[in-house]
Amino acid sequence: MKPNFKKITDYIWEIGTDYKQGMLVPARIYASENVLNQMDMHVYDQVTNVATLPGIVKYAYCMPDGHSGYGFPIGGVAAMDIANEGVISPGGIGFDINCGMRLIRTDLTIKDVQPKIKELLDKLFKSVPAGVGSRGFVKLDAPTFRKVVEEGSEWCVNQGYGWKEDLEVTELGGREENANNKTVSDRAVERGKDQIGTLGSGNHYLEIQHVKEENIMDKQLAKKWGIFPDQIVVMFHCGSRGFGHQVATDYLNLFLDVMESKYKIRILDRELACAPFNSPEGQNYFSAMKCAMNMSFANRQTILHRVREVFSEVFQTDAEKLGLHQIYDVAHNRASVEKHDVDGTMKELIVHRKGATAAFGPGRPEVTKKYGEDGQPVIIGGSMETGSYLLVGAETGAQTWFTTAHGSGRTMSRTEAKRRYRGDQLQKDMAQRGILVKTNSLAGLAEEAGAAYKNIDEVIESAHAAGISRKVVKLIPIANVKG
Amino acid sequence: MADIAFEATGKSVEELLESAGQALMNTQVSDLKKIKAKTEKKIEIKSQNEERLLHDFLQELIFLKDAELLLVSKYEMKIYRTERGIMLKATLKGEPIDNTKHEMLVDVKAVSWHQFKLERVKNEWKAFVILDV
Repeated sequence: MKPNFKKITDYIWEIGTDYKQGMLVPARIYASENVLNQMDMHVYDQVTNVATLPGIVKYAYCMPDGHSGYGFPIGGVAAMDIANEGVISPGGIGFDINCGMRLIRTDLTIKDVQPKIKELLDKLFKSVPAGVGSRGFVKLDAPTFRKVVEEGSEWCVNQGYGWKEDLEVTELGGREENANNKTVSDRAVERGKDQIGTLGSGNHYLEIQHVKEENIMDKQLAKKWGIFPDQIVVMFHCGSRGFGHQVATDYLNLFLDVMESKYKIRILDRELACAPFNSPEGQNYFSAMKCAMNMSFANRQTILHRVREVFSEVFQTDAEKLGLHQIYDVAHNRASVEKHDVDGTMKELIVHRKGATAAFGPGRPEVTKKYGEDGQPVIIGGSMETGSYLLVGAETGAQTWFTTAHGSGRTMSRTEAKRRYRGDQLQKDMAQRGILVKTNSLAGLAEEAGAAYKNIDEVIESAHAAGISRKVVKLIPIANVKG
Repeated sequence: MADIAFEATGKSVEELLESAGQALMNTQVSDLKKIKAKTEKKIEIKSQNEERLLHDFLQELIFLKDAELLLVSKYEMKIYRTERGIMLKATLKGEPIDNTKHEMLVDVKAVSWHQFKLERVKNEWKAFVILDV
């Protein structure tokens, strides 16, 4: 049943608690009317299911790129009051824990890169393994891998895979504290230990992108962050690979076993399995989730190292001299403990963001020192055909616990996309439009066709107009390693 | 919608598991005929009931793909009832991923519980499964 939306503003739509039995709070969807109408019915159903979870405060949110997920919709955001029996739910984080984005600037311009673009793409494709079953160059035994999941990017930098400054511009410094490796199973370790430095498959990618002058929306901030017209930047999207997927699976099954029998919690969808945050199961999952966060930070840190190696080789110059500095690294599948103002009282909340990006405004303690006055950089990956965005967190983002979108959001199923498009044809068409793509899977490429996604510009405009993030620059792909 | 759904049927639990296993493999590899039965892997899974066993079995196939790069083409399976539930003993035959031979599609990350269903209709087992990819 399509809900009767209450229009709060042009970009906020509310579903009241009378929509479904058990809703503890209303649901709010952030979208223009047009974007809202493109969302599938499952989004409304799922976001209102989220509104029934114990301890939820204010609203169950869905971001403008929202689409059907499991348990939570993709784009779902919910904060639970820890002191009031708030729960933690793996379904509010996703199987790919710390799936996220990293953005690297360079001093190179389109003129420098265009003559070497094919060589760059070929070498990146070799150095950053992508696709099903890909394995990285870092070979680790189980005990060392267990160390990595406690130390994250710090481990990589200590091994020489990166620069110290990278940690300062990674969310949480690239390391979740209190990640205890004893809370993760041997199976999770076995699945993940050979996958550091790999993109994975599906919608994961590494792109070389072009900063067009007309796409710089906040000239002052772009300049401050080292972005200039005609510049080349590198963006990539990947997560915690098999390790994180196994952590999520292990704890979903555990929660299903104890939720009703031990904690008397009833839920509307098994993917919403949860446990009180302050229970042994809840705390163990939180620690295991942090281990997966660290695996993912280490994964993207290692990929950055490989990207620097490739650019350095192709341009016969040190990566430092080429200006390959990281702008930021941010997760879009995670939960974190944060203090927020809830109707005038500061409360400690466990904030779930699934396919949604933290976008802290200036002055918030979560914003790294370098960006303290500006607000946190937010990296939004679009489809491989249409472009991506760099945004910044805003003070007005407090309305969504400082959260914004994470991508453009699918409008077409993978099966439908594969039926409509052919990978080889798409690859040729994109090359004609100036976007080279290299992949191990042409069929997989068809599933990622730009038309299978919402219009990224409309999604970002919705977030901007609603005040949950501000636009800085749009980035246009010229070469893509597709996972 | 970042997912793939399938239905599987079988006259026995063993048949159903095999059919679901093939659907999962086919999500990751375009042509199952190209997976040769070169190596074998013996597995044993204990579960509370048939539904949980189906979930555990599919998760095992995902695990083996990541941990051992194993793609499976032949399934020899036997179900045993136990006091605590149900047990599967299986010999899986297949070969490691070879990108020069297998056209790989997309990694399956996990078996979702969303709308997951296993039921016995007359003399047939019927499952509905959504995979996260």
